[in-house]
Amino acid sequence: MSAVTEIDRRIETKPLLVVEGLTKHFPARNGRIVHAVEDVSFTVKRGSTVGLVGESGSGKTTAGRVLLRLTEPTSGKALFDGVDLFSLSTAEMRAYRRKLQIVFQDPFSSLNPRLRVSAILGEALDACGFPRGRKRKERIAELLTLVGLSPDHALRYPHEFSGGQRQRIGIARALAVEPEFVVADEPVSALDVSVQAQVLNLLGELQKRLGLTLLFIAHDLSVVEYLCDEVVVMYLGRVMERGPSKLVYAAPRHPYTRALLASAPVPDPTRRRTHVALTGDIASPIAPPSGCVFRTRCPEAIAACAEIVPPTVEIDGGHHVACIRHDGRA
Amino acid sequence: MAAISAPLQSEPNLLARLMGRPTSGIGLVVLVVIALAALLAPWIAPYAPVKLSVAHRLEAPSLTHLFGTDDLGRDVFSRMLYAARTSLSVALAVVVFSSIVGIVLGLMAGFFKKLDMPVSRLVDAMMTFPDILLAIALVAALGPTAVNVVMALGIVYAPRLARVVRASTLVIRELPYVEAARALGVPTPVILVRHVLRNIASPILVQGTFIFANAILAEAGLSFLGVGISPDIPTWGTMIAVGRQYMDQAGWIMMFPGAAIVITVLALQLVGDGLRDLLDPRLAKDI
Repeated sequence: MSAVTEIDRRIETKPLLVVEGLTKHFPARNGRIVHAVEDVSFTVKRGSTVGLVGESGSGKTTAGRVLLRLTEPTSGKALFDGVDLFSLSTAEMRAYRRKLQIVFQDPFSSLNPRLRVSAILGEALDACGFPRGRKRKERIAELLTLVGLSPDHALRYPHEFSGGQRQRIGIARALAVEPEFVVADEPVSALDVSVQAQVLNLLGELQKRLGLTLLFIAHDLSVVEYLCDEVVVMYLGRVMERGPSKLVYAAPRHPYTRALLASAPVPDPTRRRTHVALTGDIASPIAPPSGCVFRTRCPEAIAACAEIVPPTVEIDGGHHVACIRHDGRA
Repeated sequence: MAAISAPLQSEPNLLARLMGRPTSGIGLVVLVVIALAALLAPWIAPYAPVKLSVAHRLEAPSLTHLFGTDDLGRDVFSRMLYAARTSLSVALAVVVFSSIVGIVLGLMAGFFKKLDMPVSRLVDAMMTFPDILLAIALVAALGPTAVNVVMALGIVYAPRLARVVRASTLVIRELPYVEAARALGVPTPVILVRHVLRNIASPILVQGTFIFANAILAEAGLSFLGVGISPDIPTWGTMIAVGRQYMDQAGWIMMFPGAAIVITVLALQLVGDGLRDLLDPRLAKDI
């Protein structure tokens, strides 16, 4: 399974994206606030794949959307190649748009049903000032081939494709502007299991070939393990644990990560994981629990967990955890 | 999801599919006949619409005067053909005018969160006036010309369309393909036309047919009340208004234009119903 992660990738150490204290609040009824993303920090190295995981409502999609300024952040910084994306004006951001792209979760609503594939890709080409004419036709054919479709698919409408094929078109659209950074927002969770692997392989392959930097949002840890160099685990808008995939998967230090890993089926009988069953639902982001947001469902919670927001500490080699009991003591 | 989006492909042969349904097929044929009659009025009409003939006043329908004659001896059939031109073109102009105003207001309210409140309240305020009352007030203020009637009725019907457009836009605005366009940096006006307007064409088209039908009735109503287009120009409404005085002696003067209105509106509603069904993928599965 981890064949791709084993291959030595040329990953530069200089980070392409540094996210610092990213916070997004949405207004709710009665003047209350939805704490969708709260003080999230992580870095993405150029050419690497970072997985952003968490269950529904953990704020991972919102975090991805905010990074692309599809919604405006409440506070925080996102240094892309040294430039804070959040401080750019709308016009300045427009120039950056082609450097950052997104692949959406739902392949059915992410393509305009009234446009042919050539028009969908053509819009992306317009966005980066690609000239019209014969060269454009060739470029569209090239893009379709790149994602494993046939050039004559260009004249069809989205409804003539299967979910997996539509997702490939979505990927082609994102790649048309030759971005440096791509957010893949649960790109396979809406697909059949048999198609999931194909699309994942495609993403991994394109990432290597084009030297892309990928932020892969998912709720399935096994998918992330397969694809990602680093993983960021979110719960209720906050980062619980983050670090190189190998370290996090081999020795998860946060009770939430352990619970997530335990819930993922592992097709390897020799591999053992402690079973931690999570009970209850994710707490409301309108009134998040005091102290550690995970304490209401944490099997290891103690009284002190309600007192302070656990600081994020680095354990070793980029492995960070936000739990006051990460070393087993109180 | 796949099953729902599949029937969308049918657009190219929409006309054929409209004809394939008995109700909308009949409606369409009737509309075409009426439109042709209006267009070809100078060649079909046996008499000039304004030709007076005092000797033949208030004659009942016969072979020489198919629909009879009016109080001035004018041929009712010929007048109806010419009246169709005014009535239908006024209605069409009302549809175009109210569509432009309604689509612009609706897109503004639906797409831009900050504009939603003011635009929606304006639309609500306009809708609190009874249709015909507002039209009368506007025509009275502007003067009874064809252009002013179109403007007045356009203003009356624009809010309805604005509401439909706003509601549909609210849905489309949140869809990932609009987000994708924003992520690409596509200018907002292009997003509005290419992604939003294109995908809300069906409700606009359907609402348009209803406005067309309503505009024919409203124009007739205005003419009947004497605040419409000047009575020298025949419209179905003015013909009914004039014929009303001779209702018991010569009922045909108002009966035939009345029937024309009923038939046209009915045909439009049939086509509108058919369009609504065919353009809604959930209702179109029988085709």
